[in-house]
This record gives sequence, C-alpha cells and structure tokens, in this order.
Amino acid sequence: MTDETAPSAPATEERQPVVVVDGVDIIYQVYASGKKANKYNGVSKKGSRGQLRQVHAVKNVSFTVYKGETVGIIGTNGSGKSSLLRAVAGLTQPANGAVYASARPVLLGVGAVLMPALSGEKNILLGGLAMGYSKKETEELAPAITEFAGLEEFIDLPMRTYSSGMSARLRFAIAASRSHDILIIDEALSVGDQQFRKRSEARMREMRDNAGTVFLVSHSMKSILDTCSRVIWLEKGVLTMDGDPREVCNAYNEYTGVKTIDD
Amino acid sequence: MTLAEFATTHGLKRIGARPPFFKYIAEVWQRRGFAWMLSNFTNQATHARTRLGGWWNILLPTIQAGTYGLIFGLILGSSRPHNFLPFLFTGVFLFSFMSGCFQSGAGSITGNSGLVKSLTFPRALLPLSTVIQQFINLWPQIALLLITILITQQSLTVSWLLFPVVILLMTSFSFGLALVAARLNAQLRDLGKLIPFVIRIAFYVSGVFFSVDKVLGKWPEVMAVFKFNPFYDFIELARGLLVNGYAPTTELWLLCIGWAVLLPIVGIVFFWKAEEVYGRDD
Repeated sequence: MTDETAPSAPATEERQPVVVVDGVDIIYQVYASGKKANKYNGVSKKGSRGQLRQVHAVKNVSFTVYKGETVGIIGTNGSGKSSLLRAVAGLTQPANGAVYASARPVLLGVGAVLMPALSGEKNILLGGLAMGYSKKETEELAPAITEFAGLEEFIDLPMRTYSSGMSARLRFAIAASRSHDILIIDEALSVGDQQFRKRSEARMREMRDNAGTVFLVSHSMKSILDTCSRVIWLEKGVLTMDGDPREVCNAYNEYTGVKTIDD
Repeated sequence: MTLAEFATTHGLKRIGARPPFFKYIAEVWQRRGFAWMLSNFTNQATHARTRLGGWWNILLPTIQAGTYGLIFGLILGSSRPHNFLPFLFTGVFLFSFMSGCFQSGAGSITGNSGLVKSLTFPRALLPLSTVIQQFINLWPQIALLLITILITQQSLTVSWLLFPVVILLMTSFSFGLALVAARLNAQLRDLGKLIPFVIRIAFYVSGVFFSVDKVLGKWPEVMAVFKFNPFYDFIELARGLLVNGYAPTTELWLLCIGWAVLLPIVGIVFFWKAEEVYGRDD
C-alpha cells in the first residue's frame, strides 16, 4: 500500500502539500520487565532487569497530505496511530524515513498534562508561551480559552483537581486558541461531553475552512465521518487503507466485526 | 522523484530536525519568557501546599545555616576557621546554589516529561528555567548572608561592590553545569541515582566548612590540583570579597572567569547535540 514515489498533482487544481510522511519506521527499544508471569509462582525470578525488546510500532508508512484536508486516523488499540502522529509533531524521531511539513505541527494528546500543580490559568499562559506566542498575546487569549473550555468557575484551581474531561477540554482550548497550519488531535475529544464535542468539532471545521490541516485520531466513527475529508487506517503499524472516509470506515468496521457505523 | 525531493521542492522542512546551533540559541532567546514564567510558577507550586508558602525560601536556608553552624561549630572546636560564621554561611549558601542548579538541572528534562512530550520548544529552556528558579531563591539567602556578615564584622568594605560580579560568574557556571547534568540524566537515568553522592562528596571537598589552605597547606602539589575545583573557587573568591581575613587572589578571579566562560559553552553545545533525543519513550 505504501507509495514510494510522489503522487502526481491532479491537473485540475494546484494542490499544495503540507505534510509528507516518507517511509517512516518507528522502533521503540524497551526493557521488558522480567520474564512472563509463570503460571505456578507468578513471576519467575530470572533476569529482573529484563531484556531489551524492540517494538516496531510503525512500519514504513508514507503518505502526503494537502492543504485544507482533515485526515482521520483509525485503527485498533496499539496499531501505531499515536506513535505516527507524535513523529509528525516532531516529538518522536523515526528510526528510518522522515516527516516533512510546511509548518511546525501542534499536537494535542490525551496524556498531555502540562503542570498539574498549577492552576488552569497558569497552564494557559505556559502553553501559550511554549507555543511561541508573546506574553501579551497569551494574556489576551486567556479569557477566550477559558470560555471555550467552559471552565470559568474552576480556572483558578490546580489542574490536578480537574477531571480528565475538564483537563482535556482545557488542553483542546489552548491548542485551538489560534489557527494552526497543522493541528493534530489525538483522541483528546473522546473524554469531553456531548456539548463540548459539538463545539470542538465546529472549531475543527472552522480551522479546516481557514485552510488549516487537521489530523484526528478517534475511535468514534461518527466523529471521523462528521469532520474528516480523508481517512487513513493503520493496523499493526502498517498503512492498510487510505482514502474516502466512508469507504475506509466501512472496511475497518468489517475488519473489526462491527456491523453499523455509529457512535 | 522521491517523496523527499517532492517535499523539498514544495518548500517543506523536515520535522524534529535539530536546528543549527546559532538558530537554536536564537530560538531559546526568543522564548526566554517561557523559561522565566516556568521558573516562577514552579517556585510557587513547590510551596503551594505548605502553610508558610514562600517564607520557606528564607526559612530553609536559615535552618540549614543554623544547623551547620551548630554542628560544625561544635565538632571543629578550636580548629574552626577564622571568622567562622561568615566563613560558613558564604560556603553553605553559595554551595547550595551551585549544587541546586546541578540537581534540578539534572531533573529538568526527566521531571518535566508532561511538557516535553506535549509541546515542541527548544529543550534548553528547561535547564535554563531551573537555573532561573535557583537564582530567584538565592536572593533571600544572599540577604541573610550579608546581614550576618554585617552583624558579626560590623564593617562594610568597598570589595563588597564586586560581589555581584561573583554571583554573575557563578550563575553562568551553574547554567553550564545544569545543561550537562540535564543531558546526562536524560540519556542515562542511572546517573541520577548517583547525584546525591556526587553532591555530598563535593560538599566535603570544597572547603564549605573548613579551610582548605589549612588542611592541604602541607601538600602544595595536591593544592595545585585542588585549586581547579570550581565550587571551591567561587566560594573562596566570595569569601575573599566579603569576609575579613580572606583575600581574593588574581588566580581565583582567573579560575572563576574561566569556569564561567568555559562551562556554559561546553554545556550548551553538549546539550544541543542531543536535542532530538529528549522526551523519547524509552
């Protein structure tokens, strides 16, 4: 399925590539923690340090994304979706291959807790500054971010006191406060409630219409179908299918044994 | 046309690539506001769950100095160095700043994995922010030190004016130290386990509470090597300026300036070389 040569641009319109993923391999070197549990005595004593294991999370994946596309990434748990997008964001170095982009992609992930001991307000300031805004810009944006996240009442409390949904909302609001050329959203919306999901999907469409490019990882086929113009299916680190959302989702559902496309 | 050529002909840049050295420095400088704010917030968060809050910044060094004063004052007895309290306080506060930069610098990448894993920014901002944090906390200690010296010596000399220069040189050196420690600990976590021992050994061999000249006076060749210990150099130079009965030699000035120039350069190059590696899940 992987395409080693560049896709020829369609003759009808000049499409501008914004992200090129070129033969990316991601390999993790992990110390396995000891031996597998032994069925007689729980854990075997041999080798407490464990052995170095190679986990090949993403295998030779290539694709090109054009300006204004919203790309859904689907696949079962552990299929390499997050690893791939972390490489696109520049947070993980691929073992082979490379990612090229027109601007620095901004990743918004589930695990991204900035500073749990600090209030939501301070996390907004830190997040803004880390993304390269000036202090003044960030301070001006802060009220809008708070409002979008719907956290006016709690914004002065430490982030460790937030529920997972609340902190996901805040992180989304921080990342989406400005239009980014390339925004990557990694399952961050799945914890939000219905009302927030509507708001954030509207925001994503708005970004796409402003010629931004959005990557969205989700297990909700409904979210994917509602927002994406293209879907990539990763399975065991291999790019299995890439194309029209409905087609790919149908094939994926067939693979996983789910009959209907629903939420 | 390969994909890579296709990408470059459309003006796309490789993501995650380490920027060239001077561009990196420029990026760090451009986002210095982030390092400053992070250090302020971390400082507040450190004491946020205590009743006394920011007062701990003054209380801790006071207790520390009091404890050392009592213990070493008693243990050393008559072999106490001349002008003991100012001597000891200078040693303890300056040493705790340098070792603090070393220790928190070492944890700056590993301890901020939330930031490292979710945002892309020049990672040198993290060790930089720990040094700023230590620097902010140094001021109450300096105030305490100067007050102690004023009370015990009852005099104020012109050489005090040069003390800020020593602080500046020492901070520059400590920044380099934090950068080196940050990379070493990020790449080899095992080293983190040894840090407390390294600091303890440095504490005992840097003349924090005893006079190195007195102890090593009999072995000039050992002393010649020992002179290169940067912790000793900065403490001894500060004593020369502040404490009656000690003199800042030209040799000490040169050594301190050398450390303050050399280590940040070595540190930033060393840290920058591994920029692509920080924050990997392994």
